Amino acid sequence: MISCARGGDTRRVFGALGAAVALGALASSLGAQATRGKAVYDKWCAECHGNTGAGDGSAAEYMLPRPRDFTKGVYQIRTTASGELPTDADLLHVVTEGMPGSAMPDWKTRLNETERADVVAYIKGMSSFFSGAAPTAIAAGKAPAMSAEAVAQGRVAFEKLECFKCHGQQGRGDGASAPTLKDDDGHPIKAANLAEHWKFNGGATIEQIYTRLRTGLDGTPMPSFSDAMESKVVTDEQLWQLAQYVRSLSPEKDPEVREVVRAALAKGALPVGPSDSAWSQADRFWIPLVGQIVVKPRWFAPSIDGVWVQALHDGKQLSMRVSWDDPSRSPDAPWNEWLGRIRKTVTAIDSIPIDSAQGPDRLTIQFPTRITDDAERPYFLGGDARHPVYAWRWRSTPDELQEGRLTGLGKFKAAGAAEVAHVAVFDQGQWRLQLTRALVPRDTSTVPAFSLGTPIPIAFFAADGSNGEDDLRGAVGAWYAIYLDVPTPPRVYIAPAATMLLTAGLGVLVVARAQRRERNSRRATKEES
Amino acid sequence: MKRLLICGLFFAVAACGGKTEGGDAAAGAPAGDASAAPTTALGGGSVTGHVKFDGAAPTNPTIDMAGEAVCQGKYTSAPLDPVIMVANGMLGNVVVYVKSGLPAGQTYAVPNDAVEIDQQGCLYHPRALAIMVGQKLIIKNNDAVLHNIKAVPTKNRPFNISQPTAGMTTTRTFTTAEDDVPVECNVHGWMHSNIMVLPHPFFAVSAADGSFSIKGLPAGTYEIEARHTKLGSKLMTVTVAGDAAATADFAFSASGA
Repeated sequence: MISCARGGDTRRVFGALGAAVALGALASSLGAQATRGKAVYDKWCAECHGNTGAGDGSAAEYMLPRPRDFTKGVYQIRTTASGELPTDADLLHVVTEGMPGSAMPDWKTRLNETERADVVAYIKGMSSFFSGAAPTAIAAGKAPAMSAEAVAQGRVAFEKLECFKCHGQQGRGDGASAPTLKDDDGHPIKAANLAEHWKFNGGATIEQIYTRLRTGLDGTPMPSFSDAMESKVVTDEQLWQLAQYVRSLSPEKDPEVREVVRAALAKGALPVGPSDSAWSQADRFWIPLVGQIVVKPRWFAPSIDGVWVQALHDGKQLSMRVSWDDPSRSPDAPWNEWLGRIRKTVTAIDSIPIDSAQGPDRLTIQFPTRITDDAERPYFLGGDARHPVYAWRWRSTPDELQEGRLTGLGKFKAAGAAEVAHVAVFDQGQWRLQLTRALVPRDTSTVPAFSLGTPIPIAFFAADGSNGEDDLRGAVGAWYAIYLDVPTPPRVYIAPAATMLLTAGLGVLVVARAQRRERNSRRATKEES
Repeated sequence: MKRLLICGLFFAVAACGGKTEGGDAAAGAPAGDASAAPTTALGGGSVTGHVKFDGAAPTNPTIDMAGEAVCQGKYTSAPLDPVIMVANGMLGNVVVYVKSGLPAGQTYAVPNDAVEIDQQGCLYHPRALAIMVGQKLIIKNNDAVLHNIKAVPTKNRPFNISQPTAGMTTTRTFTTAEDDVPVECNVHGWMHSNIMVLPHPFFAVSAADGSFSIKGLPAGTYEIEARHTKLGSKLMTVTVAGDAAATADFAFSASGA
């Protein structure tokens, strides 16, 4: 331990030798590794985490959750007990893999292993807590095999431990306490949406989920269940089962982003509403959305991170179901507290204040006004004055869908006859909106027709009123396309079969001829000898 | 400036090195490292008194517990957030402790009695606590609902524990003196308590009738502070002669003056 007597020596040295030695002294007090880490930190980390590590870099105010304040020594992702420091391996893991669901990227491609270890050594020096004994990881076994029975038992534990209080009955982060949640700094913090495993801050393997249950996420409302286990309120096996249940709430794999949403030909009638069981048979396509940060007021804290799109047609009509997770059916009184914190935290960026009253939830779907094979796509943010978009603009309260034109985000003008039928359902933290329209609209002069076999450009904008979002503050996506399958004519099946037979026949002929030639030539050779 | 800072940093590092040794504030940690050092015997003196509240008692805010029937059912009328507890002109939940006057360099034995915090009817009882470094804090859940107990200190390590069932108890200790450790439940955002962590055992918390008693004080002249989470603090100098009981009465008011 460095004492202050040594500090006195240092002081004298400072006076005598000046700044060069001061740097040397700093280096020796940091250690060689941390000194190397400082160079990495200043270059790559300081912009968000701040020069002193206090989480106050120039980009910090645009982020929610905010970047970690290293001076406090409180870390979410650990393998150690609640309130303990993370191990070096824990810190290295987060630097390497990043924190999904936050702005923290993975650094494994940009920094080599030494650089990552160096930066870990440096950030540890930012909190005096790290000068004590090294923390030790909790003892966690290996995940038992996943089974339907384990998942069912996990659901029992989910209810017994009242995980739904924050995470909601279906795990979509819509529990009764969700609108009140704040982190150690008083910033609003979402209960994790357990249906989106790719955004789990600490990773989504069963072991990682189990570890979060045991350790909690320090600095957030998520507590540790280790004491409950030691008190025999819950068993270790039940916590493993709970981890398995939590994992089962998300898709097996990360959603694959595909350019084209396929609208299959419906086997029977088109679904009558978003809860129609026919939708469970239709492929789901994930369309990611991000904060709208182009047009003022920009929005860096979007509530909605993507929509699932399904589509079917019957040759006459196109039916789409758009589903997205949103923890509130806005406006919803309990979320006033949340909105209050959002307004305080996401301070009037661009000097345009956020309304203190919750607006409705919104979804806008855009198409080009003319759809051709080589359709030039208008500007993805609602087009512009010269190239408007044809838009369907839905709002939750009152539940209403308008059709018209956008000449830029937020610049909507209703136009034309009502062509689209819609049914919206809000269920346990999820909106499901079914939209149905004739492929050939009544008003073909202003409304584009949808054709089979021609990709139809489509783009989405979604907003959560309880999160202070409106016509501009919200989540946007790039242009995607929807492709209506062309019914397959019978010749499509006959032609390949015929070709196959022909090929097989020719093959037989070729082989037979080759064999005959071989026999003939062998015979000829024998006769010669 | 930089020199000062660096020296300060050395101090901080040196100070923390000793204190975080039992760094895990986890249950089972030895009750204070101070036990290793020789401790000073307690005296026979005491400081007793009352904390008054001058003026009309403020109305505490009501809590909407409709979302938590188990807790709401424990009340016959709308539950109040006990921010300021006044009864018959007396103020409860005031931490009264020796702020200065103890001989330098003395260490004191950690009290054997644990300090308890109880979750009952989705409120913390008591709403203000004092505890000595190393002294056991027993956290009880008397509600048949999930509570999480989150302590948000800055000098000590934090903790955030879930207590999903009635009857569950958990023990924690603090390793360093700290003026105010806020405690909160995130399931029930209205639940708050504040813990003062002291390096000695000379403290008390005023009861509902405003009374308090700090025992075991050696003879001496002490600065006594009375602290209320919302109403601020009052100071008083008191001399304890031998084994006598000195008196210290405090008065708070809504204006805080």
